[in-house]
Amino acid sequence: MSATLIALAVIFTELSLIAFGGGNAVLPEMQRRVVEVQHWVTSEEFSALFALAQAAPGPNMMIVPLIGWHVAGLPGLLVSSVAKFLPSSLIACFAVTLWDRFRDRPWRRIVQAGLVPVTAGLVAASAAVITVASVHSWLLAAITGVTAGLSAFTRAHPVAVLALGAVAGLAFGGF
Amino acid sequence: MTAIDTEDDRTSKPDINGLFTGFLGLGLMGFGGVLPMARRMMVEDRRWLRADEFTDLLGLCQFLPGGNIINMAVAVGMKFHGWRGALASIFGLIAAPTAIVICLGAIYDRYRQDPQVEHLFAGLAAAAAGLLVALAWKVMKPLLGKPAALAIVAVLFVAIAVLRLPLLTTMLVVAPLSVLVSWRFSR
Repeated sequence: MSATLIALAVIFTELSLIAFGGGNAVLPEMQRRVVEVQHWVTSEEFSALFALAQAAPGPNMMIVPLIGWHVAGLPGLLVSSVAKFLPSSLIACFAVTLWDRFRDRPWRRIVQAGLVPVTAGLVAASAAVITVASVHSWLLAAITGVTAGLSAFTRAHPVAVLALGAVAGLAFGGF
Repeated sequence: MTAIDTEDDRTSKPDINGLFTGFLGLGLMGFGGVLPMARRMMVEDRRWLRADEFTDLLGLCQFLPGGNIINMAVAVGMKFHGWRGALASIFGLIAAPTAIVICLGAIYDRYRQDPQVEHLFAGLAAAAAGLLVALAWKVMKPLLGKPAALAIVAVLFVAIAVLRLPLLTTMLVVAPLSVLVSWRFSR
């Protein structure tokens, strides 16, 4: 039990410190560690947990407490949340007091611009990894395609898009 | 900007309780993207920050690791009441969503064997994947026509999605490389 908690703490602390570009950027690594290394959940379960977290309100990293809870109950929830949110928050606390000193430095702009393609590559990898884990029928492929198009090219609300997918899965999944 | 906006430029400093309840409301409201809601709450409704202060803090939060909105809560709390403020803000932000997501998780665990529920969650997961594909398209669009940036994207995509290499080592190699490219092009 405590070995599990230590593993949760290590994984989410590491993810917290390298999550440049936010939570969606570290999704493939989270899946690799939780599914492939630790075998805590299957890749289908991971996708379902991710989808649940997306369907809930709030910041988009709510999959973290959900995995902690799924793996080790309340202690798991607390350990994974603290590990994911504390390290990056400490950096933010520290950085905000120094922000006036480095905001206008040229290196700040260069580093920030340099991280943009990194984030883009990681988000693209997230999309691929989650799609491969979630789509195992023509119906599900169609749902992913339609919802991607709706979200990219219309102003459809994310929750409406998720609801559409759930209803389509329920309506046509039996065939 | 209208005359009314400039006239109402004054801001009011929240107390710790205000920070907690402000971010609690935000945690309950935002779906998918909390950021537009955050701007509305802090700049327009509660007037903690001026519009330019919000944009400036957002720049910092995007620069740092971690979710933008999480960093924003920490930075705003810190700005007004130090580490106590930061704690109140982040706790307010994640308390309600954590409770909700655990309730949803419990429902999933309880009924997942039911074929109907299974189909529903399969559809939900497929739609969540669709949202990610759309997000990837949106972050990629400004990079089209920039070969160096697209090369970085391609390297990361292959390393992480295809080869499934560990993220930490990959980042230690690719992130400095990308910053170097950005530096070369900025001169």
